[in-house]
Amino acid sequence: MMTNPGNRLTQGQFSFLPDLTDTQITAQIKYALSRGMAISVEYTDDPHPRNTYWEMFGMPMFDLRDPAGILMEINNCRKSFPNHYIRVMAFDSTQGWETPRMSFIVNRPKKEPGFGLVRQEVEGRRIQYTIHSYATDKPESDRY
Amino acid sequence: MNTTEKPSAGSDTLSDNALVDLAAEFKNSRIQEVLDKLDRELIGLVPVKTRIREIAALLLVDRLRKQFALTSETPTLHMSFTGNPGTGKTTVALRMAEILHRLGYVREGHLIAVTRDDLVGQYIGHTAPKTKEVIKKAMGGVLFVDEAYYLYKPENERDYGQESIEILLQIMENNRDDLVVILAGYKDKMDRFFSSNPGMRSRIAHHVDFPDYSPSELMAIAKLMLGGQNYRFSPDGEQAFAEYIPLRMKLGNFANARSIRNALDRARLRQANRLFASKTQHLTKVDLMTLEAEDIMVSRVFQDNGPETKTSDTK
Ligand SMILES: Nc1ncnc2c1ncn2[C@@H]1O[C@H](COP(=O)(O)OP(=O)(O)OP(=O)(O)O)[C@@H](O)[C@H]1O
Ligand SMILES: [Mg+2]
Repeated sequence: MMTNPGNRLTQGQFSFLPDLTDTQITAQIKYALSRGMAISVEYTDDPHPRNTYWEMFGMPMFDLRDPAGILMEINNCRKSFPNHYIRVMAFDSTQGWETPRMSFIVNRPKKEPGFGLVRQEVEGRRIQYTIHSYATDKPESDRY
Repeated sequence: MNTTEKPSAGSDTLSDNALVDLAAEFKNSRIQEVLDKLDRELIGLVPVKTRIREIAALLLVDRLRKQFALTSETPTLHMSFTGNPGTGKTTVALRMAEILHRLGYVREGHLIAVTRDDLVGQYIGHTAPKTKEVIKKAMGGVLFVDEAYYLYKPENERDYGQESIEILLQIMENNRDDLVVILAGYKDKMDRFFSSNPGMRSRIAHHVDFPDYSPSELMAIAKLMLGGQNYRFSPDGEQAFAEYIPLRMKLGNFANARSIRNALDRARLRQANRLFASKTQHLTKVDLMTLEAEDIMVSRVFQDNGPETKTSDTK
């Protein structure tokens, strides 16, 4: 059974939709800025769902008024890592600590091989399951 | 925004012989309010106000042209403000941000004021992120670089300031829709800065020079400042201040309107002391508002008429 044709990574907001256009990304960032959130751009070539910490592309950006600066960083990141996953995160500090409020993908590799299900037989013929990203079989920088 | 609704589906372009209403467009932008406020709150500065009017006209006409799909490049609005200390450069820059916002040229209309320290780093690799962070904050508004010539230190060819200038140059060219850069400083130093950085000069469309104020303008500024703080001169007090102004102008480190502000602050101090020392039981509202001649006359400016060097008055 093919549950996810194209193996598109579905993490964060909007990931079941077609890729967001730059105008749509700008609108989302504008919303985050209007709520006073700090925004960061992150990338990875290891999109395992348990890999919460992606690499930071520069520092998180605080106190911006306009989305143009963030779109500029997204584009710089796309230029450096055209074939990686790139996501935008927005953090809310109104509670006194930084809480991730938004997270959405703004760039993905051209081909996404997706994840395989690995079954491991352990004592008593019990089965342990885990998922495994096909891409990470290859060394870093050759993955996508 | 006042895009007129047109039934013709498809494009929003007006036909060639349609008429547009410049007066209506002007009224809609509510720019007159800002210009009036500028006239009310800033004394003198005629060349500056004229230039602001011209820029407003240019942007309005540009908007009308867009309705006919007469495309042209976004006009460059990077500026340089030159003039002596206290001539109102920072004050006008703040207003500029508001005006450009009303005209829809910048999206947010805030002003980020920086100097060399905010842009240039201490070690290799520090400057670019620092400059870029400032630029990102200024996007959607105005980036005001005070004493811009300190970015360029010709005596040190490895100075990191050059790196910052290069990033600014690139942004000023490629991100004209995203921010307006205003460089400010004293005229002679600015001229030298531009002659050694021709790239910077050519990216700046408007060189605005802020003249020094005349004694009568300074008097008007003084009254405006006092009014704003609910003070006023008594007739004698005004006379004394009128004598004070030319004497103060002759001294070193005279900083135009800022010196006036400082002089008034000191006069308020003396007024309070005078009231306190008089031990009067009943003070009226007028007493509390009025600066008398003696509040001015005790100033050191009147004591000796030789040039004073120790007035701590520059900033
Ligand atoms: N034309 C004016 N009318 C009324 N107030 C003025 C005028 N020009 C300047 N001021 C006042 O004088 C003070 C100094 O002005 P401002 O800080 O804008 O000067 P500046 O040119 O930026 O000086 P510097 O070069 O030293 O930074 C401010 O408090 C401002 O409100
Ligand atoms: Mg200033």
